[in-house]
Order: sequence, then structure tokens, then C-alpha cells
Amino acid sequence: MIGSEVVFYILSAFILVTGGLAVTTRKIFRSAIWLLFCLTGIAGLYFWLGMLFIAAVQIVVYVGGIVVLIIFSIFLTQQSGKDLPPPVRSRTILSALAVCIGFVLTCILLRNHTFGASLHPPLADHISVEAIGTQLLDTSEHGYALPFEVISILLLAALIACIVLAKRSKSEEK
Amino acid sequence: MPVIPLHYILFLSTALFFIGMYGLFTRRNMITMLMSVELILNSVNINFVAFNKYLYPENLEGLFFSLFIIAIAAAEAAVAIAIIINLYRNIRSVDVEAADDMKF
Repeated sequence: MIGSEVVFYILSAFILVTGGLAVTTRKIFRSAIWLLFCLTGIAGLYFWLGMLFIAAVQIVVYVGGIVVLIIFSIFLTQQSGKDLPPPVRSRTILSALAVCIGFVLTCILLRNHTFGASLHPPLADHISVEAIGTQLLDTSEHGYALPFEVISILLLAALIACIVLAKRSKSEEK
Repeated sequence: MPVIPLHYILFLSTALFFIGMYGLFTRRNMITMLMSVELILNSVNINFVAFNKYLYPENLEGLFFSLFIIAIAAAEAAVAIAIIINLYRNIRSVDVEAADDMKF
């Protein structure tokens, strides 16, 4: 049982350190790579929680999709070896202060809150993909068929919007 | 997983949220700001999954919320990058301070 605890602490330290480096490092390409490590660590946290499907989705969509997209856009828009300009010192201090105050406030609120335990017996330790799929496309009371369709329309709209936005218009071409 | 109390996972996600907030405040490059937004969205996902696991283990609602958030985040990142690349074509910069054409 101690092993599971140690794994949690290692995972959270990994997530926080890589996340912190991703927002503070001065080279934009390194920032993207640290973000990749951070998202992988979060996938590890989902594995630790026993949510295998969501961990797999996290790796496929975030690590395989979004980070690759971000790296491509870095290549398209700037020299990846160049340092970012340093942030304004007063803004750094003020935002660090605001963030610390917010974090402490939220932690105090969390500490004083007790969560009620569940009364129902839990599902199996590892949720099967079959159960997820059945409920996702169910049209009865606890089904998610409507949000599923709405998301598919949103993805289609985003796809078309990206093509329209990124397409060079005729008058621009020289 | 009763060895780790729920609070610890919530502390972790709070810390990750505020790391993302710090990045959003200090960075002026649009791509790095987008990365900070991704960190914030991920911290919310951790919350949903942890609540699902600890408080309502008989349901799958938190997992579905996380799935939908991931889908929307992917769409959002794609649109944001299309906008950034288009902006870069017009003003040759991805700095938010440089994009002030519509500033009053």
C-alpha cells in the first residue's frame, strides 16, 4: 500500500515540476517539450487512479495531437532556437503574488471542506470500455447521445473553421 | 485508492491550475499562452476524474465530462493555432502586444 502512495507523490512532483518549467523556460521549443512531459505525467496519474480509458485518450489526444500541433505552429511562426523576450519584472512579481494568494486561499477552502463518502458500491476496479461506450451512445435517462452528437457537430465546425481561417485568400497571393 | 485522500489530488490540480494561470499572466507569446490554457484545462480534468473515482465510483459522469473537455480542448487548440498562423501572416509576429490594430 505504501508503494501506491510513493507513486502518487512521484507523479505529482513530476507533473508540477514539468508544468512549472513549461511556463517559465525561455526557449519556446523546450517549453513545448516540458508541456509534453507534463501531459504524460497527467496520463500517468489517470493510470494510477485506475481510469485506463481516459489515460489512453489523454495520451492520444493531448500528447499525440495537441502537442504535435503546437510544435508545428512553433516551426511555422518563429525561430525555435531564439530566446523569448524576458517578461516585465513588475508583471512577474505581481502575477506570482496573485497566483500564490489564489493558491493559498483555495487550499484553505479545500482543507476546511469535508466531502461526503459515496453510499453506493463502486463499479469494478477498472472500468471497461464497453460500459463507457454503451453509456456514451445511450438515448435513455443517463445516456450521453445528445452531447456526443453536439460534440461531433462542434468538431466538424472547428474543422471547417480551421480550413477557412488558414486558407490564403486569392487577393493576398502575390 | 483510499491511501491518498481526495484532498491531495485536489491540491495537485489547484497547483497545476495556478501554474497555468501564472503562465497566462506572464507570457506574451500566443503559443505559450495557449500552452498555459492547456495546463488549466488539464487541471480541471484531474478534478473531474478524481471526484468520479472518490465520491461517485458507481457512476461514470466525471469520466464523460473529462472526455468532452478533451474533445473541446482539441477543437479549441486547432482553431487557436489557425488564428495564430493567420495573424502571423498579417503582422509577422505572435506577440499579443503586437496585435493592437483593433485597440481603441
